Amino acid sequence: MTGHPFISIEDLAKVYGDTPVFEHLHFAIDKGEFVCLIGHSGCGKTTILNALAGLEEASEGAILMGGREISGPSLDRAVIFQSHALMPWMTVLDNVGFAVKSRWPDWSGAKRRAHALKFIDLVGLAGAADKKPAQLSGGMRQRVGIARALSIEPKMLLMDEPFSALDALTRGTLQDEVLRICHETEQTVFMITHDVDEAILLADKIILMTNGPHAVIAEIVVNTMPRNRSRTDLHRHPHYYRIRNHLIEFLVDRSKQFDRANADFDPRHPRLTTPGLDGPESDVTASSPLRNNHGAA
Amino acid sequence: MISSLRLRAAIVSVALLAGFLLLWHLGTQGTAPTANLDPEYARLMGATAVEGKSAFPGPAEVLGKFWWHLSHAFYDNGPNDKGLGIQLIFSLARVLGGFGLAVAVALPLGFLIGMSPLMHRALDPFFQVLKPISPLAWMPLALYTIKDSATSAIFVIFICSLWPMLLNTAFGVAAVRKEWLNVARTLEVGPFRKAFRVILPAAAPTILTGMRISIGIAWLVIVAAEMLVGGTGIGYFVWNEWNNLSITNVINAILVIGLVGMVLDLILARLVKLVTYPE
Ligand SMILES: Nc1ncnc2c1ncn2[C@@H]1O[C@H](COP(=O)(O)OP(=O)(O)OP(=O)(O)O)[C@@H](O)[C@H]1O
Ligand SMILES: [Mg+2]
Repeated sequence: MTGHPFISIEDLAKVYGDTPVFEHLHFAIDKGEFVCLIGHSGCGKTTILNALAGLEEASEGAILMGGREISGPSLDRAVIFQSHALMPWMTVLDNVGFAVKSRWPDWSGAKRRAHALKFIDLVGLAGAADKKPAQLSGGMRQRVGIARALSIEPKMLLMDEPFSALDALTRGTLQDEVLRICHETEQTVFMITHDVDEAILLADKIILMTNGPHAVIAEIVVNTMPRNRSRTDLHRHPHYYRIRNHLIEFLVDRSKQFDRANADFDPRHPRLTTPGLDGPESDVTASSPLRNNHGAA
Repeated sequence: MISSLRLRAAIVSVALLAGFLLLWHLGTQGTAPTANLDPEYARLMGATAVEGKSAFPGPAEVLGKFWWHLSHAFYDNGPNDKGLGIQLIFSLARVLGGFGLAVAVALPLGFLIGMSPLMHRALDPFFQVLKPISPLAWMPLALYTIKDSATSAIFVIFICSLWPMLLNTAFGVAAVRKEWLNVARTLEVGPFRKAFRVILPAAAPTILTGMRISIGIAWLVIVAAEMLVGGTGIGYFVWNEWNNLSITNVINAILVIGLVGMVLDLILARLVKLVTYPE
């Protein structure tokens, strides 16, 4: 196992018809790392997440988990869907219990129930266990989706814009909770977002994708802010605006006109940048563990 | 507001019924007795001519007979003289038998077609040809091959309730939201658990709506089928009473057919409501 990154994506491409949506994707995710993917609509983010989940096959390349190629979905990788995807005919408890039973089919009913209730409690829905999803607010439903994903104690969590359908207030509370839970459980997370602030709050690394078709990874931004950051004091940290400006500048300008002919661009080793440290010039590719990983692979 | 609307609707319903009964009553009053009739001719014409009485029974007569049928629902005086209740039980047994067989075939087959686009395309031309065939057209073939009239009636019910259920099941299964299936996939749910815990509940409202249509058609067809095969059942009762020229009994049977059909539909509607989930 040693020597392999936890997740490693190698030369991934997806082709619909003749044109690849994205191509030559290389990146790795370490254990316990929180990675966000940012890019404009249609660049293939959901496709990448589905490939990671094993729900969709890539046209080229491979995804390795612990050195083994991913083929098909697995209980090791839990997905939090954008549209919560709860079963409307089941109560909250049954929705979570359904996942728990899938993970541990031999457990007794009482044990399953206790386990499911623990995770319903974790997302603050203890009083709503017997409600149907239709009786819950959008934020509460998304919480159930999170509880369901966490309840199977996956090795990795995949989230596709989990908060995009929520109002700002609810989104903020849920971000705080996800941050707390993921740090407590040292969860490895891959998350898609459109929200720059969300990425800075949650992610250790932010992957920037250029526009599709022929999308590639332009660079990977390392979040240099302390890990115990919180939503309320985020903006007071000196790194915050540097990272934020860097991301916004990328989304507004550079994602459209990314120059792949540039001699610096090597899809196998996407540039690691640390805009938080010293503005956009600081470049730590040479000393990056990510680079070493790819060098070894 | 809603309750008052309901109340007003009920008042209008009762008024319409009363008006209808009154018209019916007046329409069947008849004319005054015809005087100076040749006695020979009067005997031929019967009561219609002699007493000026209408041949068509009035509402009082029909309702009186209806009460009689209710209190003598289960008498059995041989092949051609059984209570309405017994005839109904024969008909219901045939309908439920054919309907049950259709469920047993339509559910698994509908699942297969709904889940497999290949089977859907492969079987579709057959359905297109078989669906528009009147169920009664199968009757001679059924009688010839099965050689038993009671079973043939069940077969006809089976055929006519099959299509709505089959097509609705296939449609419901094919239309199950992809995200629910994806949840099942990421949880590595086995095929049987997926079928019973995810697909079946998701498609249940559509499937049961198909069953509701089916039972309605089956109840329509059973009357015609029993008129053809004879022997027992509410359809045979209607035919038999027509041959006896007892219009009162025919009207009674029509009333009962309508009421039972309504009850069957209400039961299925209740079941549909039971499995419908709000999103
Ligand atoms: N089944 C399909 N057939 C053809 N093209 C497809 C199919 N699915 C997706 N695409 C194309 O692939 C591209 C990427 O889709 P994807 O859903 O991954 O984008 P995304 O980055 O998640 O976008 P968004 O931010 O809007 O969710 C889109 O341009 C879409 O048109
Ligand atoms: Mg998407």
